[in-house]
Amino acid sequence: MRVKVISRSTDDFTRERSQDLQKVFRNYDPALRSQEKAVEYTRALNAAKLEKIFARPFIGAMDGHIDAVSCMAKNSNYVKAMFSGSMDGDIRLWDIAARKTVCQFPGHQGAVRGLATSTDGDLLISCGVDCTVRLWKDPMRKMMDTNDAIGDASQPSAVYTWKHAFWGVDHQWDRNVFATVGAQVDIWDHNRSEPINTFEWGKDTVLSVRFNPGEPDVLLTSSSDRSLTLFDLRMSSPARKLIMKTRCNSVCWNPREPMNFTAANEDTNCYSFDARKLNEAKVVHKGHVSAVMDVDYNPTGREFVTGSYDRTVRIFNYNGDHSREIYHTKRMQRVFCVKYTYDGTYLVSGSDDTNLRLWKSKASEQLGVILPRERKKQEYLDAVKARYNHLPEIRRIDKHKHLPKPIYKAGKIRRAMIEAESRKEERRRAHSAPGSRTMQPFRKRRLITEVE
Amino acid sequence: MGIATEEDPKEMKNHQNSVDEMEMKVVRFSRGKAANLSALRDKKLKGQLTGKEKLIGISAKAAAQAEKWFLPIEGGYLEPEGLEKTYRYTQEQIRGDVDISSKRKPFDMILPELGPYTLEYTSNGRYMIVGGRKGHIGMMDMLSMNLIKEFQVRETVRDVAFLHNEQLFAVAQKKYPYIYNHHGTEIHCLKEHGKALKLQFLDKHFLLASINSFGQLHYQDMSTGEMIANHRTGLGHTDVMRVNPYNAVIGLGHADGKVTMWKPTSVKPLVTMLCHNGHVTAVAFERGGHLMATAGLDKKIKIWDLRKYEVVHTHAARAESLDFSQKGLLAASDGSLVEIYRDAGGHDYKVYLKHRMVKGYQVGKVLFRPYEDICSIGHSTGFSSILVPGSGEANFDTFVENPVETAKQRREREVHALLNKLQPETVMLNPNMIGNVRQPKKKENKTKKEVEEEIEDAVEAAKSTKVKNKTKGRSKPSKRAKKKEEEVLRAKRPLLDQYNEIGGHPDKKQRVGDKAELPKALQRFAKNKQS
Repeated sequence: MRVKVISRSTDDFTRERSQDLQKVFRNYDPALRSQEKAVEYTRALNAAKLEKIFARPFIGAMDGHIDAVSCMAKNSNYVKAMFSGSMDGDIRLWDIAARKTVCQFPGHQGAVRGLATSTDGDLLISCGVDCTVRLWKDPMRKMMDTNDAIGDASQPSAVYTWKHAFWGVDHQWDRNVFATVGAQVDIWDHNRSEPINTFEWGKDTVLSVRFNPGEPDVLLTSSSDRSLTLFDLRMSSPARKLIMKTRCNSVCWNPREPMNFTAANEDTNCYSFDARKLNEAKVVHKGHVSAVMDVDYNPTGREFVTGSYDRTVRIFNYNGDHSREIYHTKRMQRVFCVKYTYDGTYLVSGSDDTNLRLWKSKASEQLGVILPRERKKQEYLDAVKARYNHLPEIRRIDKHKHLPKPIYKAGKIRRAMIEAESRKEERRRAHSAPGSRTMQPFRKRRLITEVE
Repeated sequence: MGIATEEDPKEMKNHQNSVDEMEMKVVRFSRGKAANLSALRDKKLKGQLTGKEKLIGISAKAAAQAEKWFLPIEGGYLEPEGLEKTYRYTQEQIRGDVDISSKRKPFDMILPELGPYTLEYTSNGRYMIVGGRKGHIGMMDMLSMNLIKEFQVRETVRDVAFLHNEQLFAVAQKKYPYIYNHHGTEIHCLKEHGKALKLQFLDKHFLLASINSFGQLHYQDMSTGEMIANHRTGLGHTDVMRVNPYNAVIGLGHADGKVTMWKPTSVKPLVTMLCHNGHVTAVAFERGGHLMATAGLDKKIKIWDLRKYEVVHTHAARAESLDFSQKGLLAASDGSLVEIYRDAGGHDYKVYLKHRMVKGYQVGKVLFRPYEDICSIGHSTGFSSILVPGSGEANFDTFVENPVETAKQRREREVHALLNKLQPETVMLNPNMIGNVRQPKKKENKTKKEVEEEIEDAVEAAKSTKVKNKTKGRSKPSKRAKKKEEEVLRAKRPLLDQYNEIGGHPDKKQRVGDKAELPKALQRFAKNKQS
């Protein structure tokens, strides 16, 4: 007879000295863990609750401007730097970490409408309604050299005056070329006092411009004739144009999928398009209750932030039809510009109340150094939460967002209106000859034509 | 060298076996079959689910490999050679063949005054509490074999149960259950439970369940003190109660041969099974949750498959108490005899070991010690423990249950257990239902006949209602008749709508050939001749 019984020597299973770590033994047998699903569900539920408890997205406000903040620009070489321009012509460089103004760039006579930095970060370009483009060389000098007193940092290295007021500017990442928009689209070289190229398609004001992050010669503009226009600098005329029912205030390319872009529309929605296929939007991002003023992508390309006239900042997934987060404070007024920082952890919003506000991009994320064990735990909780997110209790907690009463009510009214419209359409269809009224998906409903 | 050697066929076979074994393990760790994704039309969802399935596959494989290579110790076994029979192998012989530290584990504690004894282990198998019928309570650390606390409650003790760890335990005494801490200090008296006969603790839910002498089943939350449920079983006095470790459902054995299963959130039993002709004397559940063993006064031990509620094995033997070990051995006691059964394949439970106590000892409780090859026996003159090779799980998981845990680890585990405390609603027959989508029930369309019957019933009911006697000529026979007619019509109306929807005409007699054109051969049977 062969006999053996379990025999554990305690010494093998416990630590030798009190300074040692406790020994850990794993047995992954599912039979040892009964009611796994219930336990996981409970953990997911607790994680969802904790996430709401710890959701404190607002970090701080940065005040200093004496008029509404109209535009912002980030610097790809300095994560903690942010430029902002205001309606009174003031431009400031902010240190986000210290939440302080580092220096100011005076000169503009009217509102600053556009700010952009060159790819190497050595040049800041500003333009405004005073019909000037100003180039500021080495704008980060003050940030590096902190012993100088805060004040007006420098004179612009160049001031180019042109025929019309400007509404926006963007710098190309490849060459020393930038584009300004206003009554027309102008392409400038750093060293030339006049545009090297000019595009015009229609007589209306162009509102915003963005260069494609993949193809350096392609740029996208939105204008007040409700159009989105694609330009190619290698061609003498604009490439394509899409006309919508309402105008887009701002556009932004997806940095990771550079054929896709998102437009912030006046009709409270954001529309994501594939630039190769403009006849329908890929996704319609709904949720705002007033015009969307600005949009900016996370450097990961997985989500973007929008700022709106309804005094909220919202974060959307790149393919999500409703917002993931809604940020608001009591004092924040209409938001004119929003930016993700280059590390994707923070958002900065500039609003009518002259403040810049700093937010976390994940509302309940723990900032600072996180131990590997803490990080693993967080990853596990995120995973179980994602796994059980479809269950009513968890979904209810996860979806719940507190909104200020006016916004909540406005949203309710909007929903009622949309519902009424769809009901009416349904009835019309029911009472007309079969096939005479075609159903149009929402992705196409707000588009009018595509012009080549 | 670069020269391929010819492979040994024996080695090939071994390799094949190990591959098969690995596959079996992977199946076990992947917890069920993969979803069939080929039928999915949503590309996005399909992509997401494919990724998830892949991840599950990888983790199952990693777990299987970890189990194969990293487990520190091997389980126990008792293997006969030649014509030897395991059940002839006595405890003395086993004790002679095992290592020194295991030799010390079996013992006989003779305490003739205060018995019979019942006993209970903590879930990690380290601590044991014994309760003598006449009020003797003792708690022992089985690792060091030290007595931690011993005291007298000076009244009848019917059952003992540990709460979530060894710091607290409950004792069912003469009138009420009490809770004591490990110093023997009385913490609570649970008067609401009444005269409890049996106690069970649901450790994931922090619920203490008790069955009292009136057949009432109580559930009390031990973390908040709230009384969760009080079910009247209505099946009389019983002291046969066991919790199914798989789903935390409580099984009760009754005097009329029934076994009922209960959860805190339903006042009716989830399952009622007629298991024996006569008293059910013991119930035990297997760790996997699919097997239940019952013993009755009809001199039968039955093994049930709880997925089909069918007997899979019957053994002719009496048993006062039953217990399944972690590895699926079944211990049964009858008088002074303790028998251990083992599944010989296909749920054929054969006697594996036999152990006879001194004649005259009445064994009241058999209980396997978790994570050890030991079976403890509580009997009329004390308690003993015997070696049962291959009964316990050899390898523990530090984060699940740790037999060698320190005070700090215990505290940590207590906090985690409280954070992950399950709600009473999560007790259900199939615990894997959580997070699943219930199949939509088919909307049943009533047949014509059913509706007709319903109409008849409604009319009948309306006719048989008594009309109140009224004055001033309102109770004239004509009025009454009219009222009754109205009543009948009112009862009929909603059903008539249903009937018309199906397409029946209850008032008219069915006329064949009224509308549908009959085949020529059948036309002569129609009432109105068709032209």
